Amino acid sequence: MEHIVIIGNGISGVTVARHIRKNSDKKITIVSSETDHFFSRTALMYIYMGHMKYEHTKPYEDYFWEKNRIELKKGFVKTIETQSKTLHFAEGGTLQYDKLVIATGSKPNKFGWPGQDLDGVQGLYSKQDLDTLERNAPDNKACNRAVIVGGGLIGIEFAEMLVSRKIPVTFLVREDSFWNGVLPKGESEMISRHIKSHHIDLRLSTNLKEIKADKNGRAKSIIITETGEEIDCNVVGLTAGVSPNINFIKDSNIETDRGVLVNRNLETNIPNVYAIGDCAQQREAIGNRRPIEAVWYTGRMMGEALAQTICGNTMEYNPGHWFNSAKFLDIEYQTYGWVFAERGRPEYERHFHWIHKDDDKCITIAYHKDTNVFLGINTFGIRMRHEFFDTILTQKWTVDKVIEHLAAANFDPEFYKLHEKAIVSQFNTETGSTIRLSKKGWRKIFA
Amino acid sequence: MKAIKYIGLVIFIIAITIFTGTLFTGSFGLTKAEVNEYVETQGYKSEVIKQELEKATVTDEELSIFEFSSRVRDAYQASNNHYDDLIAKYDADKNWDKKGEQFQYKIYGKPHTLSYNLAKKAGSGFVKENAGLMWWLTFGLGSIGALLFILPNLILLGAPGIKNDGIFHKAATNRGWIAWLVLIYLVTFYLALYFRADYVVNWTFILDPISEFLNGGEASQWFVYGFLYCTIMSVMAVRMYIKYRHNKYQIMRTTSVLFFQIVFAFLIPEIMTSLNMPGYDFKNAFPLDYDFFFEWNIKSLTKSGGIGVFILVWGTILTLVIVPLMVYFFGKRWYCSWVCGCGGLAETLGDPYRHLSDKSLKSWKLERWVIHSVLVISVLMTVVTLYCYFSGAESLLGINSQWIKDTYSFLIGAWFAGVIGTGFYPIFGNRVWCRFGCPLAAYLGLVQRFKSRFRITTNGGQCISCGNCSTYCEMGIDVRAYAQKGENIVRSSCVGCGVCSAVCPRGVLKLENGSMDGRINPTEVLLGNDINLMDLLNQK
Repeated sequence: MEHIVIIGNGISGVTVARHIRKNSDKKITIVSSETDHFFSRTALMYIYMGHMKYEHTKPYEDYFWEKNRIELKKGFVKTIETQSKTLHFAEGGTLQYDKLVIATGSKPNKFGWPGQDLDGVQGLYSKQDLDTLERNAPDNKACNRAVIVGGGLIGIEFAEMLVSRKIPVTFLVREDSFWNGVLPKGESEMISRHIKSHHIDLRLSTNLKEIKADKNGRAKSIIITETGEEIDCNVVGLTAGVSPNINFIKDSNIETDRGVLVNRNLETNIPNVYAIGDCAQQREAIGNRRPIEAVWYTGRMMGEALAQTICGNTMEYNPGHWFNSAKFLDIEYQTYGWVFAERGRPEYERHFHWIHKDDDKCITIAYHKDTNVFLGINTFGIRMRHEFFDTILTQKWTVDKVIEHLAAANFDPEFYKLHEKAIVSQFNTETGSTIRLSKKGWRKIFA
Repeated sequence: MKAIKYIGLVIFIIAITIFTGTLFTGSFGLTKAEVNEYVETQGYKSEVIKQELEKATVTDEELSIFEFSSRVRDAYQASNNHYDDLIAKYDADKNWDKKGEQFQYKIYGKPHTLSYNLAKKAGSGFVKENAGLMWWLTFGLGSIGALLFILPNLILLGAPGIKNDGIFHKAATNRGWIAWLVLIYLVTFYLALYFRADYVVNWTFILDPISEFLNGGEASQWFVYGFLYCTIMSVMAVRMYIKYRHNKYQIMRTTSVLFFQIVFAFLIPEIMTSLNMPGYDFKNAFPLDYDFFFEWNIKSLTKSGGIGVFILVWGTILTLVIVPLMVYFFGKRWYCSWVCGCGGLAETLGDPYRHLSDKSLKSWKLERWVIHSVLVISVLMTVVTLYCYFSGAESLLGINSQWIKDTYSFLIGAWFAGVIGTGFYPIFGNRVWCRFGCPLAAYLGLVQRFKSRFRITTNGGQCISCGNCSTYCEMGIDVRAYAQKGENIVRSSCVGCGVCSAVCPRGVLKLENGSMDGRINPTEVLLGNDINLMDLLNQK
């Protein structure tokens, strides 16, 4: 029986294992040094915040693995010998495979800041990081202030976590508005204001120069590059992005760049060795996507696709329309299709932006300035229907048609106040159109 | 703000201490004349009960309710023993006529109920004489304290949004010592209410004036329970309004259950009673209202003229037509989390404990066995009862009508619904009864599962498996198991509280009514991936 070994028990590794099991009787082993069982990494923050316990973050009950004949091995892979198809573990021992899937995820970036390896300085990615944080910042007596460095999705979550325990947070962001490399100006500025309204000391256009240690080798303060200001703190969170967690592969003959290089079939340069998820790097980017996609959803999709290939039905990783989601403190964010920030925006992309007077809801719709074809939407504080946008992106609707049927896209809970009328009316004013909001439900439209 | 909160907590604890303390106050005793009158109105034939009761209750001693109860029960016991001895004696003598005569002298009834009825007349003391003041010191002060504890959350919780910070860090909400104390208090409360009504007779004195105002009669322990129920729901609804003030579905739902509890379950039956009609809760559907078809109820309704017949017809239509039809259109939520009294308490007082329900597959299996058994038993009981009512027989298929009614009332009606259902909130979560025990929920669930437009829609491929939905599902549904497969949630137990949708950080879940087509939609691959792959796997 063919033995499939998967390194990494995150969403990518577990998805590929589940789908291989659905389609075959192959022997499957998942190796991880992080935890015994799969848990939802995106839920780590909620454990610290007291919304959940660790066991609540496990998407499958513990009996699931044995029942589905998926073996779990706890161990840290030190080296991969592709000639003899052998894994060597740091704890000693080896494991033979017939096919190998590398799904080792990411690690937090460190950019060589002085003091970046001190006690009290940490990223937030793994279960171990969470345990470290629990020791470093159990409450606001042990941790009088924390400094978060890097304004991305993990940074804002890290800040939210600390605030939930009433720990004062200073948030250093390199950009002049939060996440504006990804979000268009209006949205980025709204989120920046939202962060400040939660009493987070947001410092824009601010870089970290160094982290200073006390006499015990613990972080005690940070220095800001621009002003030289010193900020006392007990914890420094490094959240300036993540990069593939592939150090252990560097000495093998598997080809790597920033990540493990793979083709569209998710195959590496070595036969029977594959890579998926955060650690995989496409040799050529797919469409507008980045070569490395460190996103939950893409990891899952790669797992779904690769399982087919491994089970003999070779299938490219060919993701559909881009979508993503996040939550910034109290504001939910969803995106469907492509909406570019000012930086790197294609010349043909035009935006329509609407913001609610309460400053907690807004949308941006991107469309082609010549053809009027809808390109994508960012929505904040209003939930929208994935299936609606996936369909209209395939059908290449014009922006006018999307605006007309926007009510059908709404996914907010029942009885919520709806804002489509206001959105349509603003769109009409700005573009001189005379669109009237359709009341048709989304099923009726596509029927 | 925090100071106000703590002051509120102290006031609340003082009020609940006074409330509990009243039980140990007052003195109980009767005069000879009162005993005479009581024995006569009760129509006791026993020749010794009057003397026994006089011996027990006509005294200069200051009897507490506990001493009084014990003496009264002994008196009844003595009377019954007297005749039991005679029965044994005549039995030995084989004097059947004499033996048969003795049974009419025996007094039936639960000892604590007999004692309660006397205690209601025998009580005196500060509480009874100062009911108004005591009301303020207990209900009044308790509500004020609780509100002072709750209202600062408007500011302390910060901007509107999901605020579940620290729930699993606190002893009150994470099965810590506070939770166990609350459990002990609640369980004791229910045990007293159901089985030792005489011990809580002092509480009824506090509410006598209000009861007399509403229905013209003195307060019973059930009046106390109903009034307390409404008070607690009102106060805890304020908490819901603050906690979920960003979520209109939760606001509307809370208002609805509160309205149905206060108006339908409490006020209307009281007013009906004052008009000499049978007090009836028009929203309480059989088989949750398990004694609706009991002989005594049917008799009392048929004797009450037009209104009684109307209630009989309404109750039958409610269960057979209205309930399933509404479930078809809106799901069982229209009842369980918008109308029902048990649901109302669970969604207000119980909300802080909603995350404690067990989500394992094992508990789901147990749930299906237990709740459907209760449904079967309740229907069986009713069939037996109705058969016996119309045929005059005592049993059907070897099942004694009285026995099955008594057993059901005791095990399901009192222990399951009350003592366990509510008493165990702080440890097993707030819907233990609704999930494992309620026969109406089982019935609604069958309709919801197989013939309803209701579902929780999963938003394409947006789920990140975080687990908030499953954690906060009070019914113990593993919502995530469906959402992470991109599949809609169609489960018989879902009461449609909408909290999974509220706590989802990615906007994945929406409670909806819609076409039955595609309502149940198992998928292999989630939306957003390769169209060919989705076609290949999902159409297989």
